[in-house]
Amino acid sequence: MNSHGTVLRVSGVNKRFGGLQALSDVSLTIKTGEIYGLIGPNGAGKTTFFNVITGLYPADGGQFELMDRSYEPRHIHKVVQSGIARTFQNIRLFKNMSVLENVMVGEHIQTHVGVWGALFKTKAFRDEESLIVQKARAFLAYVGLEQFGAEMASSLSYGDQRRLEIARALATQPQLLALDEPAAGMNATEKLQLQALIQKIRDSGQSVLLIEHDVRMVMGLCDRVSVLDEGHLICEGVPQEVQNDPRVIEAYLGHGETSQ
Amino acid sequence: MKIFKLHPWVLVSALVLLVLPLVLQPFGNAWVRIVDVALIYVLLALGLNIVVGFAGLLDLGYVAFFAIGAYLYALLASPQLLESWGWLQDHYPLGLHTPWWVVLPLSAILAGIFGVLLGAPTLKLRGDYLAIVTLGFGEIIRVFMNNLDQPFNITNGPKGIGGIDPIQIAGHPLSKKITWIGIEFNSVTLYYYLFLITVLLAVVICYRLQNSRIGRAWMAIREDEVAAQAMGLNTRNLKLLAFALGATFGGVAGAFFAAFQRFISPESFGLMESVMVVAMVVLGGAGHIPGVILGALLLSIVPEALRYVATPLQELSSGRIDASILRQLLIALTMVLAMLCRPQGLWPKNKSGGLR
Amino acid sequence: MHKLNIKNPTNNETNPTTLGIGSIFNMDTLVQQIINGLVLGSLYALVALGYTMVYGIINLINFAHGEVLMVGAMVCWSVMTFLAREFPQLSVGWAFTLGLLTACLVSVLLNVAIEKLAYRPLRNAPKLAPLITAIGVSTLLQTLAMIIFEPNYKSFVNPLPSDPLAFWGAVITPTQVMILITTVVLLLLLVVVIHATRLGRAMRATSENEQIAALMGVKPDRVISATFAIGAILASVAGVMWAANFGTVHHSMGFLPGLKAFTAAVLGGIGNLPGAVLGGLCLGLIESIGSGYLGPLSGGVLGSQYSDIFAFLVLIGILTLRPSGLLGERLAQRA
Repeated sequence: MNSHGTVLRVSGVNKRFGGLQALSDVSLTIKTGEIYGLIGPNGAGKTTFFNVITGLYPADGGQFELMDRSYEPRHIHKVVQSGIARTFQNIRLFKNMSVLENVMVGEHIQTHVGVWGALFKTKAFRDEESLIVQKARAFLAYVGLEQFGAEMASSLSYGDQRRLEIARALATQPQLLALDEPAAGMNATEKLQLQALIQKIRDSGQSVLLIEHDVRMVMGLCDRVSVLDEGHLICEGVPQEVQNDPRVIEAYLGHGETSQ
Repeated sequence: MKIFKLHPWVLVSALVLLVLPLVLQPFGNAWVRIVDVALIYVLLALGLNIVVGFAGLLDLGYVAFFAIGAYLYALLASPQLLESWGWLQDHYPLGLHTPWWVVLPLSAILAGIFGVLLGAPTLKLRGDYLAIVTLGFGEIIRVFMNNLDQPFNITNGPKGIGGIDPIQIAGHPLSKKITWIGIEFNSVTLYYYLFLITVLLAVVICYRLQNSRIGRAWMAIREDEVAAQAMGLNTRNLKLLAFALGATFGGVAGAFFAAFQRFISPESFGLMESVMVVAMVVLGGAGHIPGVILGALLLSIVPEALRYVATPLQELSSGRIDASILRQLLIALTMVLAMLCRPQGLWPKNKSGGLR
Repeated sequence: MHKLNIKNPTNNETNPTTLGIGSIFNMDTLVQQIINGLVLGSLYALVALGYTMVYGIINLINFAHGEVLMVGAMVCWSVMTFLAREFPQLSVGWAFTLGLLTACLVSVLLNVAIEKLAYRPLRNAPKLAPLITAIGVSTLLQTLAMIIFEPNYKSFVNPLPSDPLAFWGAVITPTQVMILITTVVLLLLLVVVIHATRLGRAMRATSENEQIAALMGVKPDRVISATFAIGAILASVAGVMWAANFGTVHHSMGFLPGLKAFTAAVLGGIGNLPGAVLGGLCLGLIESIGSGYLGPLSGGVLGSQYSDIFAFLVLIGILTLRPSGLLGERLAQRA
């Protein structure tokens, strides 16, 4: 638990792809311990924004602060080391590694024994390894996958794979957990389970950023929401406010887009 | 080390490995020599496995590190440098005979440095381009070895370097046989034990790397580099580490090779050698240590065994097919058929695994 | 350890002017290097086109493409040797033509067969698998050639006279003229095929987006086979020209030129046809001029025997500095 009020603050984010201004002067703030949703019609720039703040795409301008400390989203791994962990829309697990190993890799940046320790099996190495395994099991138990530890990651069901991906991201012990359309491809039951998991994560103090197409899910889950439309942030607030905001309705209806 | 649970088969294998050369000796030194060379290949395959099998980087120029290790040993333990630079003879009146336990670490370190140098430009390349660039590096090293006889004669060019010292242990050069408790240990047998110990050491190193944080990080990179970065892994440094460590194995193997053969030339360090080691790793099961060892043993021993088949074939085809051509054929067929029929290799890790 | 006698022909044999230091900046020498470079570059361009077309359509480095050059040369040589023995009354020119046509035919059949048997089954395999197979095929072809044709260098009889013609202070041989003309003709034919035939349209569509092309009725398998066939023709003609120019054929003659042609394709922008031609010509010029001046420029330390590594240095340079090549990549869209 930290004493900062804000976990992520970005201002004036711009991103251009050739002739297309994908993001125009986007600014938002995510408070500690909240679930923050980002929605918008197709092509609004949600994924672009997500990829910019996590370092996948370089930004063309903007200020980025994590826990009141500014960071430069230039290299993906450095952003993670600063404290943002992400999942991918199309679930990118390490398929030929076991479920447990996937989570263990997540712990990489929180551990430090290197080649020397590994080669000579020093006490530091042995202690750290058993700690890694212990923690990994704990993360798996947290998301309800503890019985699958030794299975290949690719053998899990879709919903379970998503849980594993989230567990792996949590293992990096991030300040902000960023989920890229986690409910994509899920049926109604899986979505409910996912929702419960995300709420559990928030309840234990973790801040969460969520992009989703399923507007109903977002409204039910998020503490605050903002809406992107054609690269502009058009509204930010609690779900009830945003839902009824005429600009938001216009954006969705105007583009002929009402997602399920 | 958990492998030593003293199952009966562990004891049996240990016994077999211990007496193998003595059993083969009566059939001729040639057989023991085949096993010796096979062990050097096992070492190479284990090293390449770190790069290809663990980290998923298709290195087609691995022979470069083999060459570097071999030439370093040859230069430090043969008359070559003294002949090129007469003034050195004043400092080394008895000749340049650097002991192997000095050269070996140097070979490893130099190879490792080159691993970083040759790996660095490849870090941002996608898989197939990485393969071609590493192939290019292998060729560059070979061209240099072939042409560094002018203006200063360093490598003696295509003529190669001869007169390389054998390895000396406790004052006894391994090129001479020992008789002990009535048993004759030929030179090739002595080298066998040295290589065997090194290979066992290498296996231990590989297992320890595999079952560590670094090993898991490499495998994550192999599986999905972007996802690995998304877990905070510095994939650039990790890849360089894989190149460097893999290269050290090549350097050590090269030094051994030079001492064993006592003569080296650029012909032994061409693309075919790189391809062969890749074939061994892929055939056995990339990323799976026992599989890789199996692949190396198969591809180095089977062509030799086929030599006995080759002689009648040679006659049939009026002298065109010999053992080395058979080996090439076998390697080529292996690579094609393995990918078509069993891409995970003969002995992959559990169900799936191998080259992805 | 078995030492393999693989000697790689360098292009020094056609460089009649690896002259002394005094004539470094002599215009005549430069013109000569340029001529040699353009000729060499034309050959690279022809082979590079095959690489780039295949990569543009199925994202595969057809490692075995260099061997098609060798197969073309070997088949032509075999036919010419056979005809010379059995039909000595036939002129060398006719023998050469028959040899060339046979070479094209055999190469096409071979390349299409390779694609069907070795690459097609791996269309959806992880990306390194087809590359490994390609290396295997390349090695297989070289080894088979070594077995069938024996590993020695064989001399190739050139139908054209070898008296050089004077040209702008330098010399050019009739063979070199033939190479340039043939290249231009083949390129024009290729342009016609790509832009004015149904097949060409299908190829362009498939290389942009295979799935959509298939929805439009294009059969991707047919298009891919056609691509391999065209590449084979270009490479085998290049192989025959190469043999005529350098006077020898050898089972490993395709390996280095193949790699260099691939470098040329990357240099120009992989998947980009004009890029392949530009890359080929540039690489030929770099090699020719570079190897001519490397010796004097480095004070005698590095001689022209290092010219083979120019291509690799160019490859590394391009991939580091401008990975999409001079004219930009054109890769197939995959879902």
